[in-house]
Amino acid sequence: MRWSRRDGGIRFSRLLPILALAAATHAFSQIEKPDVAPPPAAVPVMPDATRPAIVTQPQSTPTPPVQLRFVVVLDPGHGGEDTGAKLAPGTLEKDIVLSISTRLHALLSGKGIPVIVTRDSDTSPTADERAAIANRAKAAACISLHATATGTGVHLFTSSLSPSGYTHDEFIPWSEAQATVTTQSSRLASDVNTALGNEKLPVLLGRTALRPLNSFTCPALAIELAPLGPDVGAASLANSAYQQRVANALAAALAAWRVDWRQRP
Amino acid sequence: MIPRYQRVLFSMLVIGCIVLAAFLIRLRERAQDRMQSVRDETPMEAPIARPPENVQFLLANDSDGSLVATQRSLTLPADAPSRARVILESLLAEYAKPNSTHPLPAGLAIDEVFLVELPGSPSRNIAVVDLSTAFTQGHPSGIAPETLTLLSITGTLHANLAEIAQVRFLVDGQTRDTLAGHADLTRTYIAANPDVEIPAAGARN
Repeated sequence: MRWSRRDGGIRFSRLLPILALAAATHAFSQIEKPDVAPPPAAVPVMPDATRPAIVTQPQSTPTPPVQLRFVVVLDPGHGGEDTGAKLAPGTLEKDIVLSISTRLHALLSGKGIPVIVTRDSDTSPTADERAAIANRAKAAACISLHATATGTGVHLFTSSLSPSGYTHDEFIPWSEAQATVTTQSSRLASDVNTALGNEKLPVLLGRTALRPLNSFTCPALAIELAPLGPDVGAASLANSAYQQRVANALAAALAAWRVDWRQRP
Repeated sequence: MIPRYQRVLFSMLVIGCIVLAAFLIRLRERAQDRMQSVRDETPMEAPIARPPENVQFLLANDSDGSLVATQRSLTLPADAPSRARVILESLLAEYAKPNSTHPLPAGLAIDEVFLVELPGSPSRNIAVVDLSTAFTQGHPSGIAPETLTLLSITGTLHANLAEIAQVRFLVDGQTRDTLAGHADLTRTYIAANPDVEIPAAGARN
């Protein structure tokens, strides 16, 4: 290949000044770029299947996460072919938690609290998809709803991850994103515990390793509904009055959390 | 008429095949003998009667989400992995008894327990507990019962074998997402977690 042609062609020597000018312009634009608006804060949003589940925080200085409005994410567990626990003949966990989620959604909307649900029908988003929905929403509270035939009352779980986790300029593993907000999650659990107590509902507090709870970057709880008492059995989980009491308590707790959530630990 | 050299060649090939067949049959017999000598489980030494030892179970209670330390007397084998397996089988057998505070299905629950040294700290081990599919299929589904089972296992292991610092769970030799739909089995559990210590997992208000 030759760079010069005798008739009407382009000489490489004539291209040199143009190439040099283009290179200089490019280099100058690279110098200017850091002063342009920085990339958005990188909280874990969705793991990338093609590389390790790690997300980066590109900013060098720690900045508080931007939360423009108070949003609650409701995550009714299971769904679709994943029925969850078979609580009683004809009573499936996926249906019970969807019913409670619908009741709670209505109550919160009535209080003017925006709500995002990870499912509102018999679908089955994956744990990662549920966490991605919550993390994109930059929610002020994330509530995972479950039900069991074991034990009594309402089981209230926070993540078992250590709160001494990560700062904003560290890599945050997808499966440990909740470690950044465990202290806030504990405060949210305290508000919910108080509200359930006001509703005269027995509460069991605990910590657990649960997906997608550990991938939420919002203050998050897993709330598990158990039979109301040792004698009534799992059929009581389908009782609409019981479900409504729990939904009322959770709505009251989230209304209280609306006042508390901006207070940093 | 077949030429003489072809007949000689054919005869040599036939003889070669017979010799090779005899050689292979002999090799197979020797391999079988070796296998049988490895499998030979006839007793060679008199069994050693070991005295019963006190072990501590952390027994879960579904009604208040607690783990209660309970002493039992068991005869345990000498090596640590076998001890861990016997302890866990006995623990889970407690849950299969009538009037258990944390009812679990009866039957074989533990396929195997492996102990692996943690890199950089030879005195501390990670225990890999291989659960049976039958156990996980019959396990009650729920965050509370599943979490209590895992905490009971990890706490009991650490209480009796202090060198066990971490615990991983498999089901039939494979990694699995959850125990029975909720508790995460993909993570490593810290055996000396404060959550495991009494009164542990939960508190009733």
